[in-house]
Amino acid sequence: MLDTLLSIETPEGIDFDLIPSGPVARILAYLSDFLIRGLVLFVIGIVLGSLGAFGAGIMLLCYFVLEWLYPVFFEVTRGATPGKKWMNLRVVQDDGTPITLSSSMLRNLLRSADILPFFYVFGLIAMLCNKSFKRLGDLAAETLVIQLAEPMPTTQNVKAEPIPPDFLLNPDQQKAVIQFTLRAEVLTQSRQAELADILGVALGPSPQRVARLQQMGAYLLGKTASPVAADAVDDKDDSKGGVS
Amino acid sequence: MKQASFESRHRDFWQKCEALLNELESGKTGHHEQFLPAYRQLCQHIAIARHRGYSPHLVEYLNQLNWRGHQLLYKQRSSTLTGMFDFIRVGFPDAVRRHMPYVGLATALMYLPTILLIMLILWQPEWVFYLLDSHQLAQYEAMYDPGAEHIGRAREADSNVAMFGFYIQNNIGVAFRTFATGILFTVGSLFFLIFNGIFFGVIAGHLSHLGYSDTFWTFVIAHGAFEITAITFAGAAGIKLGFSLLAPGSLSRLVSLQNAAKDVVPILYGMTGMLVIAAFIEAFWSSNSSFSPTVKYSVGAVMWILVICYFTWSGKRYELR
Repeated sequence: MLDTLLSIETPEGIDFDLIPSGPVARILAYLSDFLIRGLVLFVIGIVLGSLGAFGAGIMLLCYFVLEWLYPVFFEVTRGATPGKKWMNLRVVQDDGTPITLSSSMLRNLLRSADILPFFYVFGLIAMLCNKSFKRLGDLAAETLVIQLAEPMPTTQNVKAEPIPPDFLLNPDQQKAVIQFTLRAEVLTQSRQAELADILGVALGPSPQRVARLQQMGAYLLGKTASPVAADAVDDKDDSKGGVS
Repeated sequence: MKQASFESRHRDFWQKCEALLNELESGKTGHHEQFLPAYRQLCQHIAIARHRGYSPHLVEYLNQLNWRGHQLLYKQRSSTLTGMFDFIRVGFPDAVRRHMPYVGLATALMYLPTILLIMLILWQPEWVFYLLDSHQLAQYEAMYDPGAEHIGRAREADSNVAMFGFYIQNNIGVAFRTFATGILFTVGSLFFLIFNGIFFGVIAGHLSHLGYSDTFWTFVIAHGAFEITAITFAGAAGIKLGFSLLAPGSLSRLVSLQNAAKDVVPILYGMTGMLVIAAFIEAFWSSNSSFSPTVKYSVGAVMWILVICYFTWSGKRYELR
């Protein structure tokens, strides 16, 4: 498949698919962090402005903390800076475990190499040269910025009654049926019929195919069936002596 | 088993897991051991759900629970107070000793230009104008003029704190950059080390030529033990990063870089600590001109001896080599 998913296997034998975040989301996250830091510094400046040289010293300390330790603090305690949180990003180790203090220090100190010669050009070049979009700091610290999965689409707009398919569908086929169901509103009737017809007789007679596909999609999307229908399914299942 | 019966059989368990996860994530309880059997069970459930081709909705739900559990259980323990004590006693000096060739090189790159430039300026004082513009020189002359009320940067009564903030913000930033730019095949670290060496040499040479040596050296000597040493460490760590890319040996360049980065982390922590100490001394002791030069030179010498002894002997007997 032509995508950038990274599959990691945990010691329990479970796979997670991690989605490395691309440059655009990360730039937006960086800019919003930049804005947040600027605002905080501005507020501190107003408060300390009346304290003269003493205030100026504290101000410089705050500036140092915001410049270097702000990302480290949030990555280690929360998994991501507020800006990244807003973009639904997380920083993790290469093996998917939460980031350690050492790695966070490394990747954030090396920021000053990524930022060269101006506007993070080196970092951007590095990101475009590897398949998980790592800047120099990420490469050295063995960290990864991932995009958290979108929540599953809601079933509010799906009007069809959920009825399970009569045959086993593999995960890719299930995804295709779900996509078909979700796109019902943007496809014309005739195009829907055309697509459903590709699947042929498995869906029953031609006029019902679109409706049948949408019922399956509603079921696969996890739309809760009305109690009667659910019971009916269970009964049918038991009568077959469902193999588990 | 059809999906519906699988769901109805385990739904209560999943909801319990969700509640437990919420509690653990918010830090209300620290009893991760309660969660362990549940996590193993969840792993089994998701394996079953995937294998049987249950709907993506269910798989994704279980996947989310699993991911949250994984993030909780595989979090590394944060460091403790005793861990920090051990680090100061053994970890940091040991890391420095392990990187002696790099530290030696960085020290040479910093000190040789300094010595060279001091001698050069004392021999041909007017050459200083090729290296620094007269405005900058005038600033430094004003700072260390023996007739001035305060030495070091111009300051008012309560400005020690202001200078402390400045030293933290400026010096630690310089050290971090000296380290980080080493990743560019050592070029950045080499540049910053040599540049700082030259700059310091020019100023020291020029002020000595003007006869301000006492005010200058009494100011610099005490915190220099920590500050200059810390910056050479930062440079050494940066050179190691760059060198791991230039000469990765039998490893790939990426793995070589990652190993080098892991190795130098203790130096980075330690160096940052040293710069905080240096900023304290610089702001609250170095600028204090109410002591005689003899006292200031003695204190400075003690600082240097302390630093050298610390890195030579601290934690040495715990080394396995």
